[in-house]
Amino acid sequence: MKHTISVLVENKPGALTRVTSMFARRGYNIESLAVGETERHDVSRITLRVDCETHSLEQIEKQLNKLVNVLRVTELAPGESLERELALLKVSAPPSARAELMALGEVFNARIADLGPDSIVFELTGSPEDVDSFEELVRPHGLQELVRTGRIGLTRATRAPRGNAPQQVLA
Amino acid sequence: MNGADAVLRSLEAEGVEMMFGLPGGAILPLYDAMARGTTVRHVLARHEQGAGHMAEGYARASGRVGVAVATSGPGATNLVTPIADAWMDSTPLVCITGQVKSFLIGTDAFQECDITGITIPIVKHSWLVQDVNEIPHVMKAAFHVASTGRCGPVLVDIPRDVQEAEIDFVYPDEVNLPGWKPPRRGHPRQIKAAAQSIAEAERPILYVGGGVLNAHATDEVLALAEAGNLPVVTTLMAKSGFPESHELHVGWPGMHGPKWSNWALNKADVVVAVGARFDDRVTGKLSAFAPGATIVHLDIDAAEISKIRHADVPVVGPLKQILADLTKLVADEVLPGRTDAWLQQIAEWREQYPLRYSAEPNPAGTVPMLKPQRVLQMLQSLTAGRDDIVWTTGVGQHQMWAMQYVLCDRPRTFITSGGLGTMGYGLPAAVGAKAARPDATVICIDGDGCFQMTCQELATAALEDLPIVVLIVNNGYLGMVRQWQDMFSEGRFSQVNLTHSLPDYAALARAYGALGFTAENEEELEEALTTAIASGRTCVVDARVDPREHCFPMIPAGAAAVDVVEFQETEVPVV
Repeated sequence: MKHTISVLVENKPGALTRVTSMFARRGYNIESLAVGETERHDVSRITLRVDCETHSLEQIEKQLNKLVNVLRVTELAPGESLERELALLKVSAPPSARAELMALGEVFNARIADLGPDSIVFELTGSPEDVDSFEELVRPHGLQELVRTGRIGLTRATRAPRGNAPQQVLA
Repeated sequence: MNGADAVLRSLEAEGVEMMFGLPGGAILPLYDAMARGTTVRHVLARHEQGAGHMAEGYARASGRVGVAVATSGPGATNLVTPIADAWMDSTPLVCITGQVKSFLIGTDAFQECDITGITIPIVKHSWLVQDVNEIPHVMKAAFHVASTGRCGPVLVDIPRDVQEAEIDFVYPDEVNLPGWKPPRRGHPRQIKAAAQSIAEAERPILYVGGGVLNAHATDEVLALAEAGNLPVVTTLMAKSGFPESHELHVGWPGMHGPKWSNWALNKADVVVAVGARFDDRVTGKLSAFAPGATIVHLDIDAAEISKIRHADVPVVGPLKQILADLTKLVADEVLPGRTDAWLQQIAEWREQYPLRYSAEPNPAGTVPMLKPQRVLQMLQSLTAGRDDIVWTTGVGQHQMWAMQYVLCDRPRTFITSGGLGTMGYGLPAAVGAKAARPDATVICIDGDGCFQMTCQELATAALEDLPIVVLIVNNGYLGMVRQWQDMFSEGRFSQVNLTHSLPDYAALARAYGALGFTAENEEELEEALTTAIASGRTCVVDARVDPREHCFPMIPAGAAAVDVVEFQETEVPVV
């Protein structure tokens, strides 16, 4: 099962390496990873997507909590959180196909970031599932290049964040 | 003062008395500062790996943080093995390494290596100090992280120019580590649940690991065992954490544990793991380990809970407090006599399944007659009743025989490499243990393979006036590998023959200013050991033993306790 984990870390050299190294060492594969500053310049947020069993997820959370630079680990549970991803897609677009592609883009609120004689670069922000769908739809037209940021996420405004304190979780 | 002085003032402020190291280019300013004066004694090792294991031996024998120092590049990489060892065995260690000058970092400069990067998977934390003003805070944090929560190694890497920069030194009173929050107390509700499980158990057992020693909780675990009349098995890491001559001590579990100890652990209905981590060398086949038992798991490290075996009753926190609180409840709730039948059953197994080996002399005249098990028995009988012995070991057959035949009643008197299984650990660890316990007679039980990995530290023992006794259980082979090849590869011995006589260990010892003895029979061995132990000098006793002896019993890797392979031949019981 896939899980999204949000990790707040001190914005210090090596913090990201320590987090990703833990995944590698314990044999967990990271599917996507996005990192950036938060509302506090001395704190960064790492959003990770991993495919693992619930038991492994608990292990991951506990092992992350042992890292000195890690401040808080939260699983972004579906339904309780928002997840977004940004993608840039360069699609083959001869004049004959342009209209159809632009219509597709409109459906997904994809912006045309660049337009060349033979191709279009779409910029799409949405849920990772939306990005998947759009990718599949444009692929038959000739998907020349694709880049995705990896998902980022936050808990919803309507719910309190569900944090895991490093001590005493196992009642 | 400069940054190097600040490092020493920090060590002094932490109450450090000993450090172990070897100088080199990038750490020169620190050694220059030592020459200008410090209260910390520096022990000069012959190899950084030796320095690291000395710091570990010191830490394990003293219960304090060990300190190792090395230069950049190869000096630092030579520390990697001790750091990994300390990581696996939760030994508190602060390693200080020199680094090339800041402006050279990343240029592949002479003796440059990214030691903080290399060690990320095997340290609790590490710091590359980029500003001299960080030194006091980093040093304070290093000692704090190494010694709080689950103990372990940390690394402080200091570029040479940072060591040379000027600083107004003020040592902080507190650390500022917002992400480091080791648990402070075990939850009362969980402790109550643990007591309940123990009170309801028909066949409870305490499965005690090295955590009790790190937690300084040996008195507390003894009190718990006595309060509930609970049998206790101690793991390799916990040996000496519970008095082995105590009637409630029922041996030690695992691959080479006595059959009756493994029976006791595997047939228990409630297993209370105390600072233990269900290592594969203890559990064997996991699905067959203590099947059906309720698992109560007490540990400082939440990540150990249900990592290997699901814990029915987890309690996370400092063992000293948890055990003390649990003991009060157990004393009230466990009915007197409740475990008598269970203890009786274990005692019967003990009678039924003693440790065995062939005491018959070997017919072939060309092989040494000494039995390795007999060597360990003799060592035990020559030191029985003494409370001033500290043992260290290497890794392999001799280590397992030491576990089987040497008895330890006092905490911190058995120091061995458990998790990493580091050959060559024993001799330098003995030097470190002697530094921690100058009053003690430190005896390293070593193998001939292990000895040859770190024997250069005999020079350190001799010149630093840290005398140790090294007993080489010399079977002329990489014995444990030979045993596996014999048992599991149809006797195809591959690259394991070291020979009994090259090097001449006694002569090598004398070359290092130590006393050297060679023993090929029991009379020679007894005389050599008696002389060595009484000498107060660094001694090497080369006991030439039968290479064909296997360490039994043995639960093959991945097998269940019921699949134990035992000594088969004439079955002469000797214990």
